[in-house]
Formats: sequence, C-alpha cells, structure tokens
Amino acid sequence: MYTIGYYPGCSLTGSAKEFDKSLRKICDLLGIKLVEIEDWNCCGATSAHATNHLLSVSLPLLNIKKAYKQGITKILAPCAACYNRLVTAQYELTKNNLVKKELSEFLENDYNSIKVINIIEFFQEIIKEGILDKKVVSLKGLKVACYYGCLLLRPKEIIDFDDSEQPSSMEEIIKITDATPVDWNYKIECCGASHSIAHKDIVVDLIGKILGDAQKHSADIMVVACPMCHSNLDMRQLELRKNEGYKSIPIIYLTELIGLSLGLSPEELGINLHFIESRSVFEKYFSKVEVQL
Amino acid sequence: MKIGVFVCHCGENIGKTVDCPRAAQESAKIPGVVISVDNKYTCSDPGQNMIKNAIKEYNLDGVVVASCSPHMHEKTFRKAVASVGMNPYMCEIANIREQCSWVHDDVEEATKKAIDLIRIAVEKVKRNFALTPIKVPVTKRALVIGGGISGIQSALDIANAGYEVVLVEKEPSIGGHMSQLSETFPTLDCSQCILTPRMVEVYQHPKIKLLTYSEVEKVEGFIGNFKVTIKKKPRYVDETKCTGCGLCTQKCPIKKAPNEFEQGMIKRTAIYVPFPQAVPNIPVIDNTVCTYFRTGKCQMCVKVCGKEAIDFNQKERFVVEEVGAIIVATGYSLYKIDKKPKDSPIKGYGEYGYGIYPDVIDGLQFERLASASGPTAGEIKRPSDKKEPKKVVFIQCVGSRDESKGFSYCSKICCMYTAKHAMLYKHKVHDGEAYVFYMDIRSGGKMYEEFVRRAIEEDDVKYIRGRVSRIYEDGGKYIVKGEDTIAGIPVEIDADMVVLATAIVAQNDSKKLAQTIGIPYDKYGFLNEVHPKLRPVESSTAGVYLAGACQAPRDIPESVAMASAAASKALVLFGSDMLEREPTIAKVNESTCAGCFYCQKVCAYNAIEKKEIKDRNGNFVKYVAYVNPGLCQGCGTCNATCPSKSVELIGYTDEQIFAEINALATL
Amino acid sequence: MEIKNNFINDLINITNQNPSLCYQCGKCSAGCPLRKYMDLAPNQVVRFVQLGKYDQALQSKTIWLCAGCMNCAARCPKNFDLHRFMDAMRELAIRNNVKPADSKVASFHSSSLKQIKKHGKLNEFGLIFDYKLNTLDLIQDVDNAPKMVMNGKISFISHNVKNKNEINKIFKKLENK
Repeated sequence: MYTIGYYPGCSLTGSAKEFDKSLRKICDLLGIKLVEIEDWNCCGATSAHATNHLLSVSLPLLNIKKAYKQGITKILAPCAACYNRLVTAQYELTKNNLVKKELSEFLENDYNSIKVINIIEFFQEIIKEGILDKKVVSLKGLKVACYYGCLLLRPKEIIDFDDSEQPSSMEEIIKITDATPVDWNYKIECCGASHSIAHKDIVVDLIGKILGDAQKHSADIMVVACPMCHSNLDMRQLELRKNEGYKSIPIIYLTELIGLSLGLSPEELGINLHFIESRSVFEKYFSKVEVQL
Repeated sequence: MKIGVFVCHCGENIGKTVDCPRAAQESAKIPGVVISVDNKYTCSDPGQNMIKNAIKEYNLDGVVVASCSPHMHEKTFRKAVASVGMNPYMCEIANIREQCSWVHDDVEEATKKAIDLIRIAVEKVKRNFALTPIKVPVTKRALVIGGGISGIQSALDIANAGYEVVLVEKEPSIGGHMSQLSETFPTLDCSQCILTPRMVEVYQHPKIKLLTYSEVEKVEGFIGNFKVTIKKKPRYVDETKCTGCGLCTQKCPIKKAPNEFEQGMIKRTAIYVPFPQAVPNIPVIDNTVCTYFRTGKCQMCVKVCGKEAIDFNQKERFVVEEVGAIIVATGYSLYKIDKKPKDSPIKGYGEYGYGIYPDVIDGLQFERLASASGPTAGEIKRPSDKKEPKKVVFIQCVGSRDESKGFSYCSKICCMYTAKHAMLYKHKVHDGEAYVFYMDIRSGGKMYEEFVRRAIEEDDVKYIRGRVSRIYEDGGKYIVKGEDTIAGIPVEIDADMVVLATAIVAQNDSKKLAQTIGIPYDKYGFLNEVHPKLRPVESSTAGVYLAGACQAPRDIPESVAMASAAASKALVLFGSDMLEREPTIAKVNESTCAGCFYCQKVCAYNAIEKKEIKDRNGNFVKYVAYVNPGLCQGCGTCNATCPSKSVELIGYTDEQIFAEINALATL
Repeated sequence: MEIKNNFINDLINITNQNPSLCYQCGKCSAGCPLRKYMDLAPNQVVRFVQLGKYDQALQSKTIWLCAGCMNCAARCPKNFDLHRFMDAMRELAIRNNVKPADSKVASFHSSSLKQIKKHGKLNEFGLIFDYKLNTLDLIQDVDNAPKMVMNGKISFISHNVKNKNEINKIFKKLENK
C-alpha cells in the first residue's frame, strides 16, 4: 500500500476544505494511505515570512520535527503556500547562517532527509508507479487552463520539478482525464495572494487579467493547485460578475478534476462548495454519462 | 669556486625594507663568495657593467643577483654574464623583492630573510653547471583552424609572406558568421561585398591548401614540429570532378531540410550549397535527409550530373599534415536555448517565449531578414505571417550579463549590432517604430558611440533603459513588459516582432578541440590566452596561437587585428630555421627507470614517451621513459612523481634543491 | 527618523545576500504584478538601500504591497532574491518602528500572526474578525460570508494545536517586539 505523510495545513480545514475532501476521496479510491502529521501547526504563510524570517522558518520546521518523530519520511503538502514554506525552511536550515545560529535546535536531527512534495509531484509519482492509471469518465473535449500561480514553481533554486517560466507538468497530469489543456499566457502570474483581504480591488484587477486570458484562449474551466489562488479566483470572481456581460469561468482543484475522471461525483469532491458554479460547463460534457450535478 | 653577489635596492622597492648594504656585507661571509656589493639599480646599464667588470676582475665563475622576481630580469642578467663569457646558467636570482621587501614591513626581519635568500641562491650556484639551449628545427608551414574572417585573415597573411598554410573549416564553405551578416557597423558596408573577395583569394592562393567540411582529429608533436591528423567528412560529391553548375541542387526532390545558413527560416534541398557565394562552390549531400541514404532510391542528382561527380560511397578520410605553427580561429556560436536543458548550468529564456513564439527571433535571424541575399530579399517581414512589422522591440543582454542563465560576461558586440539592426529597420520601414531595451550602451570603438547616437538622434530609435521581464503573445501581437528605470515607470509595448540580442557563446565543441590540441579554456569554453594583456594571441602551448571570437566575444575589426597578430607570431617563428628552447627540462636515468610510466600519466604536456632498451645483441630488455625535449616544459611534476627517483630536472636537480634547503637548516 | 546603525547588517543576515548584488536592470519592476499600485519601483527600493537612504526605502508602500510572488527573484539575472529582500524590509520596518505606509496590509499580518500565536493554527474567521476590528473595514465580504458559513468553510470555533508548549516557546523567542 502506498503510504505518505500528510500535512493539510490550515486552509484545507477551512476555506479549502474541498481540496482536502477531494484528495482524501481519491486516496481512498486508489488505496493510498495518508498519514496526517499529529497535532500539526500552522506553517506561518503568509504573514510569518512577510514580517519575521526566523519565525517563518521555525513554524514549518516544527511540523517537520513532528513528522520526524512519527517516522514519516515523505510529506505531501497539497497547499502550495504550505509546500513552499516547508521546502524553504529546509533550504534555509542549510544555507542561512543566521538560521543555523538562532535555530540550532533544529540541526540536531536530519530534518532535511524528509522529502516534502506538492500535489503535482504527488500525482506524477502515483502515475509513474501505476497507482493512478484508470479513468472512468472521459473528459474529452473539456478545455482546461492549468494555473500554477507563484508558490508551486518558485523560488527556482529550491523548486526544480518543472520549468519556472513555461511549466507543463500539470498539463501532463490532466492528460489522463482526456481533457485538453489550452495554451495560454498567465499560467504563472500572481493572483494577489493574501492581499485578498487588505486590498480586494488589487486582487480583482489581477484575477481579471488571469481569467480574461484563459477565456481568450477558450478555456472552459481553470484548474488550480493552491487554496489561496482558488479563493481569489473563485470568490473574487463574484466582483467581476457584477460587470454586465461577464461570463464566469469555474475554478476547480486539480484533485477535483482527477476525481471526476475517476467517477467520483461532484458532491463527493466538494465541487458544489465553490462560489462559481460549474453545472453548465459540466452538463455539456457529462450528459452522456449521467453524472449527477 | 668564486662567486659574486650583487644586492639591488631597486630604488626604494627593496631598499626601504631591506638593509641592502648589510645584506651585501653578510653575504660576503658566505664561503665561496669573493665579492659582494649593493647597488641602487642593478638592472641599469651601470649596474650590469658592475657585474661584468667583477666577473673579469675577480675571475668569477658564478653570480647571484639579489633583486626582483626572475620573471622580471633573470634573462637580463643572464645575458649580461654571457656577454663576458660566463655560461648564463651560472647566474641565479635571489628574489628579495616580491618574496621579501614587498610583503614585509619589519626592516630587521626582512634583512635577515634577504640574507637567507641570498645564501640559498649561493648554495645553488655552487652546484650549477653549464647548460646550452636546446635547438629544434622549424617546419615553416602553418595550420589555421576555422575559415571565418579571423581564419581567412591569418591564412592570407601567412600565405602572402610566402609560407604554406593549411586552412581547415568544418562547414562545407568558408566565410563563417560574417558571411551571414547584412551590413556591418559602424560604416554600414555590406558584409558579403567585403568578405567574398577574401574568400575567393583564399581559394585561389597557391600557398593555401583549403580543407572544407573537415575537422582536426589529432594533434601530435610540439612547436615547430606538429603532426596534425585531419578528418575529411564525406561530401558525397567528388571535388575534383564537380564544376559547381548547380543542376543537382535544382533537381533534388527533397526540399524540406532547414537551411542552416538562413537560420532555419527557409528550407533547402538534401544536396545543397550553403549559400550562393560559397567557397568552394561544391555541393554537399545531407545524408540525414537524402532519399537515397534513407531508402536506397532516387539518385536524381546522379542522373543530372554530367560530370559523374556524385559518389554515394565516399567515406571519411584522414589526412596528416606537418606544420610548425597552429592558429585556432574557430569563432563563436549564438546562445539558443528556449528551455532549460537537463543537467546543464545554462538556463533558457522561457519568459521571452524564445523558441515558442515564431516572431521572437535572434540577432542572426534578423541579419538574414535584413540581408539582400536573405530569404526575404532584404525586406523586413516577420516569420509567422510574412507581414511587415510596424513595431519592433529589440532586447539587449539576452543571456549576456545574466549569471542566473549561466553567463556573467558581456557579449560586447550586441550594443553595436542592435543599434545597427534598429537603424536598418528604420531605413527599410519608414513608418515603423523601433524600441531598444538596454542596460548600458557599450560603444567603445572608433566611430562606435557616434553610430549609436545616430540611431537615436537621426533615426528616432527609442532607447529604454531596463530589462524586459516577460513577453506575452496576444492575438498576433507580442506584449513586451518592461520598466523604464530612468523615468521609474512600467512600460508595455505591443510589438509585431521582437529581436533578442542573444549572448555570444563558445562553440559547443570548443572544449573538445582545446583538449585535442592541448590548450586551456575557461569555464564557458572560450580558449585562454597566456597573458591577457601582453600575450593576447598566444596560448600557453608554444606554437599555438589564437584569433577572433574563439577566445572571447569579438567584433570584426578586433578579430581581424587578432588574426594578423597571430599570423605575425607564426611568422616570427618561421623567421629562424632552428628554435632555441630552455635546457631546464627533465631527464630520465635509464638504468634505474623501472618503466612504471607514472610520469607519463602526470605529464601535462604529453612529453613522456616509451623507449625500448635493447642489449648489445639487439634483444629487448625493458621499456623506459623518454622525455621529448621539444615538448617538456620543465615543470618537474614527473620528477616529483617518480617512485624510483629516476627523473631529474636539469638545472633543478635534487642535489641542488637539497643544497638550497640545507643552506637554511644549518643556521 | 532614526534607523539603527546595524540595519544593513541585519538585512544581509536575514536575507543571506548583499544588496550591492543588484545592478539596477529593472527586470524585477518590469515583471512585478503589483507595480502599478506601488509608490517606488521595487528596484528603486533596492537603490535607496544601496545609497544608505534606509528610511526612504522603509517608508515606501512598495515593501507592503509586495505580494511575495517571487517573479522578480525567478527572473533576476544576478540571482538577487528580491522577495526575501522585501520580506526582510517589512521585518526591519517593524523592528525600527517605522509607521507602515500601508496600514491595512500591516494589520492583516499582525492579526494573522496573533491567531497563530494564540491557536497554533490560522483560524480564518478569527483572522478576519480581528482584522476588521483593527481596520474598521466592516462591510467587505459580508455578502460572501453566509455562503461560506453554510458550506462549513468558516467556522466560529477555533481549531487549536493540542500541545501549545513549542508554539509558545517559538513566539516567546522570536516575536518582533
């Protein structure tokens, strides 16, 4: 049985609970065991790294320490922000003298031996190992804009699983659903991240450009792998919808898209929890296979 | 033995820190020293005369000069002693400047050290013996590798001086990158027009043997005596029969191979001449696309050739050439990577869509677009839809000065050729807009700055100081996102075409060639000169010279100047029949050598050979190491490595070195 | 305004890089998604630091508006990580008691850290509640809240880590005072 350590992070227990839900459903279906880090704590994103470097390194390392005690050797962090903080903390522990000096207690054990992977690497791995190979529902004809955002691909000296400017790994993964990835410009542009609260207008402006480009390249839906991106692109799209004639584009998690192709229902995957409803888009493609929406 | 010691003050250089008179007095007490004096400037004429007179007066048979580094004046003083009949190798230098006065402050301590250094040198001189320089014959014939403008210039200079030249070019034609250029800065004269006559001159020159479509495979020997093996790749066309009529290339049914000369912007046939002015004007068959090579059918070229010149059975051939000097002029290539190659320190330019967007092109592609002989007959048309672009953005420093992509150096020529490109564009498209994103404008050179200003002031090219972050494709337009760092405002330009001034990089096989010849190169693969200022065209291997952009990014005037300089270095060599070399080389004691050949493994100059020892009756006894005096540089690595202590470095024997050490130990 | 003498050393230590690396090409500013909302271009913030005019850099809105997307760092030809630089500038602005030029962003970060300090986890409701109290920005998102509550995305009950000792220890040692 494929077993992996699991760090859900705060978002996946709150505003991104469907990300957690869909991931767990897929894992149940494929016989993957997720071992949750016991009593995990917040990774500190975004505010810790934005205002306190040592704190931003300590909080993730504390989680890695907990995982280490549990005997976990590999951690899946589906939230892009958490993933980013965990790998950055490991990097800092080896490269930054200030961190080494001030946080020497974390140097006692080899916490860097624990491999932290993101949701894309996770899918790459289970596809490579033949765990994810079946497909129940073909999403043929569905045009998907894969959106990577910032935190999955950068910084490039730490994260190296894909090209940081012209990524293609998510497109490779969704090929197993028969959906068609579209070529578009804004795959790696910033959605405004945590400014959603302090500067909603900025976020609306930024996501407007991202969504506009995806629509220009005739995407039916957008697939994301980050709770912060999802919340901005989904919830803040309500503001754009206030403009007359605006055509919404549903934003779903990568796990949800894979789940659909595995035959899981949208409810099981939490797709009904999004602000932008996807009924119309999916009806067009699923009428034949009688999927309940 | 009678030894003279001459302590130099070097003005204040030594005199300030070392008490020279005291050093001279103390040195006089060393056994064997019969005269010891100090002098303000020993290298001056009076200083040298003092040594000469002392030799005569005291009948000296050894001299120690305590002065600057032997790199500086060893030759001077050895020449001085030789002029009064002493063997030059009986003169030694005690370096009391670089190794003493310059690195110490304390006069007392420095003086003590200077006396020690003199004592060491005296002990060595006592064990020195007369040496005579080695003489080797010179083959007065040169090999030039690379048939670009640098190679052409070197070859013509040497040939015109009356010596034979073998010119090797790996492509089917000579001409190099210069033949691809449209017009040249800062005079805007047509590149082909000034280059083609030179190419023809090379071809017709009785002293030049031209080997195109050939590569250097092996280099043996040493200065004055190189033996070079050259691989002639099969053209599948007999050069002696072909008249260059061009019928075969017209009739060839395969017309879809990317045309290398046109930077892939148009197609060519399977049998082809790289460009109309090619020298030699003899086609070559690309066996990767030719139907006959792929399926065994077709042979259209054979049918139409009236001279029976097509020969599908041609194989690689190897020719051996003996030369005295080698000039490496292999040029550069252009950085052309869109995505990060696996396991490479070099990264791509995904943010500019390089290799993804059809109208984001590089400088050489623009040269072909602007060239009257190019795919668009000199009209500026963008590759995607052949429309005339009305707004063109030029971006400088793509790859260059970008250590994150793998190159920290400046490519030197891009500022100038970008100004030229923008200017040519404005001359051809009067209502067009040209924008140049730059970081600094580097226009050092005769009439260069004036040229750039002309582009800005007269041709209205808009220069924007800042690097571009990203290019997006949007409905046939290319949105270029930059920042004007002077105004401090973001800039977005919706261009029809983008031209990237991509970095000048070393040829991808330059490291391999350097290893074949045995010359050093830098981390980028550029070939290294032995001294960046005073010996800029010589490699550290004697007899091998460098010209043009194989050494670093260079423009045409510099390449030509270097090429002539390299040629003159070869001609200096050819000026004498015999070559004198330092006698301080390794020598093997054949009776104790066990033939382990560790020395061969560590020798950086391939100077160790295997020698057969036979007994009186001619029976094989053993192999021993033999030092080729032409190749040995006297570095002493073999000496240190030999387990049986069978190698000695003449002039630096173990006995001499131990005597030097003992001179210190006895105190 | 008085910036502590060791500002530049602190900056170098936190970021593990020297600001003099930057050769002011402006590629960071060219690609910054927040550029048009900023008062200083990101490269200008670095420039002020290079010139020793730390207060001008610390008083800019730019350091607070940086969203941490790392576009700048990914494309910097000098491998200068501007993202780390901006993080450290905020940290040093707080430590040097520089009034944040964008108080909303500053409040968001402090509310957020307060939640983590208190619960060990980030409770989104608690964060927003605290932020609204601080900024008096009471109206935003009241229309979206019902759906989030209905969907169970916003919980009024805070999640807490069970063992708070280590979190307490970390905050006690590292919190910006």
